[in-house]
Amino acid sequence: METRKIYQEELAGLKDELAAMCRLTETMIENAVRALVTCDRELGKKVAESDRQVDEYETDIEKKCLRLLWKEQPVAQDFRIISTALKMITDIERFGDQAADIGDLVATEPAGEEICLPHIAAMGELAVCMVHESVDSFVKGDETLADAVIRTDDRMDELFVAVKNDLVEQIRINRESGDRAIMLMMAAKYLERIGDHAVNVAEWTKYCRTGVHQKF
Amino acid sequence: MNRSEKIMQKNPEQSAAGGFRRKDVRKIKKAAAEEKAAPAALDREQDKDFFGQTLSAKEVNLWYSSFQALKNISMEVPEKKITALIGPSGCGKSTFLKCFNRMNDLVPGCRVEGSFFIGKTDIYGRTDVNLLRKNVGMVFQKPNPFPMSVYDNIAYGPRTFGIRRRAELDRIVEDSLQKAAMWEELKDRLDRPALGLSGGQQQRLCIARALAVAPGVLLMDEPTSALDPISTGKIEELCCELAKSTTIVIVTHNMQQAARISDKTGFFLLGELVEFGNTDDIFTAPRDERTERYITGRFG
Repeated sequence: METRKIYQEELAGLKDELAAMCRLTETMIENAVRALVTCDRELGKKVAESDRQVDEYETDIEKKCLRLLWKEQPVAQDFRIISTALKMITDIERFGDQAADIGDLVATEPAGEEICLPHIAAMGELAVCMVHESVDSFVKGDETLADAVIRTDDRMDELFVAVKNDLVEQIRINRESGDRAIMLMMAAKYLERIGDHAVNVAEWTKYCRTGVHQKF
Repeated sequence: MNRSEKIMQKNPEQSAAGGFRRKDVRKIKKAAAEEKAAPAALDREQDKDFFGQTLSAKEVNLWYSSFQALKNISMEVPEKKITALIGPSGCGKSTFLKCFNRMNDLVPGCRVEGSFFIGKTDIYGRTDVNLLRKNVGMVFQKPNPFPMSVYDNIAYGPRTFGIRRRAELDRIVEDSLQKAAMWEELKDRLDRPALGLSGGQQQRLCIARALAVAPGVLLMDEPTSALDPISTGKIEELCCELAKSTTIVIVTHNMQQAARISDKTGFFLLGELVEFGNTDDIFTAPRDERTERYITGRFG
């Protein structure tokens, strides 16, 4: 017979809520990149505004974790799940922040010439994928998936360099595009940071499985 | 075994309950008065050479008649550390604890196989059980002070080992109460009956009594389970302080207590030692699924 049913339900609920928080940030990143590529100011503004929801998730999950800590005094796997969730929400909240920052950039961007940038779209796709898989690896307890996320970050760094080179070239060709190029450079940096936060999440997943926190 | 020991241990449960009959008290006092032992027997350094402070059990099996209570247990207990034994009731942890000062010798039908060493001494070999129990003190779940004054409780052991000089006994009593962090509260009440103290004070007095013969090892069988959180806290602090010079093995049902004070933790289940390791590891990432289920309260 299983005991401590309510407690186990609370732990499962914690994972569900983390997954929901993560899905929200995924959508935000997708929309932010779409807004960026299509110069859609309205969409950018919408993304920036939804950051508030992410913050609400963070506060709520944090409260639940802290309450479980004093109420259940968890040990072993329970302790690892709760402490991981508590650390992880900081990184997930950063996913939202970075997406909102990109949204802000688009929303306040002065009108200018469009620049076609395949690499930045690829960064966006990769960021969404890393975010999804990092949190999914925790929810499913899948260490292999966490390892994959950690490895994928190298690809993200390569894309960032590629975007930088694209933009330098763009400025060389057309000096007038400088403003927009710098804005895109900032957006690329935000996406690259999202990759780093996804790596943090994957590291915490590994801690949750093994009890050892290793920095990659 | 000397006479007072025999009388005291004829019925450990009775003494644990503090329920001495008057006849027994007379016997205990008389036996103590008659004990003659070498005055040097309290020399801690000398005993340490003999017993050491590490405990080692190898391939231990123990039966109570036909019931096997311990199954092939091996454990190395490090010196001057706190080792906690946890597990559900009836898992064998107290039985195992008591083997280290041969308290199970007195249980009818009890048979022990395997070896127990304290330092380099095989304690089930040709060992003087008195000397063993002097070196390996024991504190029980229920405080069991003798129905005597505070002073006499603590002086009991030293007297048994032949110390008669009042000044020497005074020094030991003060020293033991200091170590048990209760000298200040009891120094003006040394002649009061120990049974008049509160439960928590009685238990610390029992620890002080055990310390009076300078044991290198202290066994504690759920020493705080009958105490309130404040007394529990005092005893836990005391354990940590004593562990600087004494090896402590503690049986506890309080998992947080094991996590708080112990360096090593052993998890027993149905007579088996399922897992033994650093407390940090056991409580954050236990290796065995059964340990995980027990410490997280999943056993139904």
